Amino acid sequence: MALTLDRVTLDLRGRRVLAEASAAFAAGRITVILGPNGAGKTSLLRAAAGLIAPSAGKIAIDGRAIAAMRREERARTIGYLPQSGDVAWNMPARDVVALGRLPHRAGVADDIAAVLAAMAATDTEQFAERRVGELSGGERARVLLARVLAGEPQWLLADEPLASLDPAHQLDLLDRLRGQAARGVVLHDLVQAARVADEILLLRDGRVFASGPPAEVLTPQHLRDAFGVDVLLFADAEGRMLPVPAGRTGSA
Amino acid sequence: MNRALRLALLALITAALFALSLMAGKQWIPLDAWFGHDPRWAIIAELRIPRAVLGVLLGAALGLSGAVLQGYLRNPLADPTVIGVSSCAALGAVASIVLGFGAGWLGQFGWAMAGAGGAMALLAMLTARAETPVVFVLAGTVLASLAGALTAFLISIAPNPYAIAEAIDWLMGALTDRGPDDVLMAAPFIGAGMLLMLFTGPALDALALGEDAARSLGTNLGRLRWQVVIGTGLAVGAGVAVTGVVGFVGLVVPHLLRPVFGARPSALLVPSALGGAALTLAADSLCRLAPGAGEVRLGVAMALIGAPFFLALLFREGARQWR
Repeated sequence: MALTLDRVTLDLRGRRVLAEASAAFAAGRITVILGPNGAGKTSLLRAAAGLIAPSAGKIAIDGRAIAAMRREERARTIGYLPQSGDVAWNMPARDVVALGRLPHRAGVADDIAAVLAAMAATDTEQFAERRVGELSGGERARVLLARVLAGEPQWLLADEPLASLDPAHQLDLLDRLRGQAARGVVLHDLVQAARVADEILLLRDGRVFASGPPAEVLTPQHLRDAFGVDVLLFADAEGRMLPVPAGRTGSA
Repeated sequence: MNRALRLALLALITAALFALSLMAGKQWIPLDAWFGHDPRWAIIAELRIPRAVLGVLLGAALGLSGAVLQGYLRNPLADPTVIGVSSCAALGAVASIVLGFGAGWLGQFGWAMAGAGGAMALLAMLTARAETPVVFVLAGTVLASLAGALTAFLISIAPNPYAIAEAIDWLMGALTDRGPDDVLMAAPFIGAGMLLMLFTGPALDALALGEDAARSLGTNLGRLRWQVVIGTGLAVGAGVAVTGVVGFVGLVVPHLLRPVFGARPSALLVPSALGGAALTLAADSLCRLAPGAGEVRLGVAMALIGAPFFLALLFREGARQWR
């Protein structure tokens, strides 16, 4: 089971944001999308979620084009968590999480169970009754993550889900990303990416600059070319090499 | 208190105000005149029942449109007047009065509906490729002031003072002297429009998370836009066509009900329809009870209550919502 992008080219308002990008999000694996600002990370994720149609190339699940899927079916299969964490109306957190069940419209008992499970997984049960406007940015981010988990999608595509979380909840979330479903996650932090990823997709200027396991992609040479930074590599307890930016290339 | 109970209470209040509306007037008709062979029953049957039913229809259409538009635009300051439907319907009606085409009630109704329909079609076209609801609000505001200017222009070139008087009288909005014919003419359009709008609930809820998240949840935003545009166009257009411009109901009612029924857009739809009916009936009864020989116009009364409320709202929420 894999969600694949095959030589996808994407133009937004006359500007090319992706050029012949290929990627695969496989079941049970975490694919981290990395790249400098404007490299096309969010566009790739939105295209994979079926939110923007590519001008060329094919996006498919096991060979079946997602553009041909019915809206509800695609919504049940692919969960998408956008970067902006705004909720327009000041609803209780539980109501926001329940929005994730909209594509299912299954039995109420099922819905309640899924909502409770998602809130437990994100450590948000204690403010289920509180309104989202009264929550901190990080708390709201966890509620929104619970929203997408409540839909129990087979593919979960998240755009910078860690951005406003404290370190403890970042680690929690990285742990909880592991599971049956395939995950596609846009991250900015190289250390987190190296720690959590099964696969890394490194983008630059709308092209896939490098892809593969973290050890192959997160090399000093690649990171220098893609980001313009020099990195120091530290080994963690499990023997993974974690790249820590040390300075801009050429400045030291 | 659960939702069903609150809804029942609101329905009860609306029913009580409906009864009040049958009693209230320059001639107060007490409850006991409703039974037996009281000659005053004629006033109730021929004047007050059509008027009260029209009040319910108009109020429900405006309240529901307000809730739907606020949910759709994710903006608590939206209502049918803000996006220009009411003004364009008024322009159509004034055009038929002043220029003399489509004589009679039916013609005026048709022209008002055409004005509302034109406004919504234009709005839908202008915003078809817009990615933010701000464009919808801005286009609507411009449309409203354009329609207002054209209406003023038409009145200024009116051929005789009777047409001017009729147009201005109509612009102020009232339920006075509306008969069963008006009710029968407006009801099918208002009903169809409201039916369309009542089915927008889940999509409006999803939209609270933003366009991308809503679409990823399976929401068909194109269909939603048409539901909102046609629904408000039909309901508000038909309402304005028979009563003239009555503002602020759609703005005020969802706000009053949000603390009671919660902020989730779908949870506000039915309550806002009931609340709109209640507010309109109450305001219309007050208009008739006010001292003096004539009647305060409903549209004028509503603006007198609504404008200060709108300003207070701007002060309280403006900074937060319009960043």
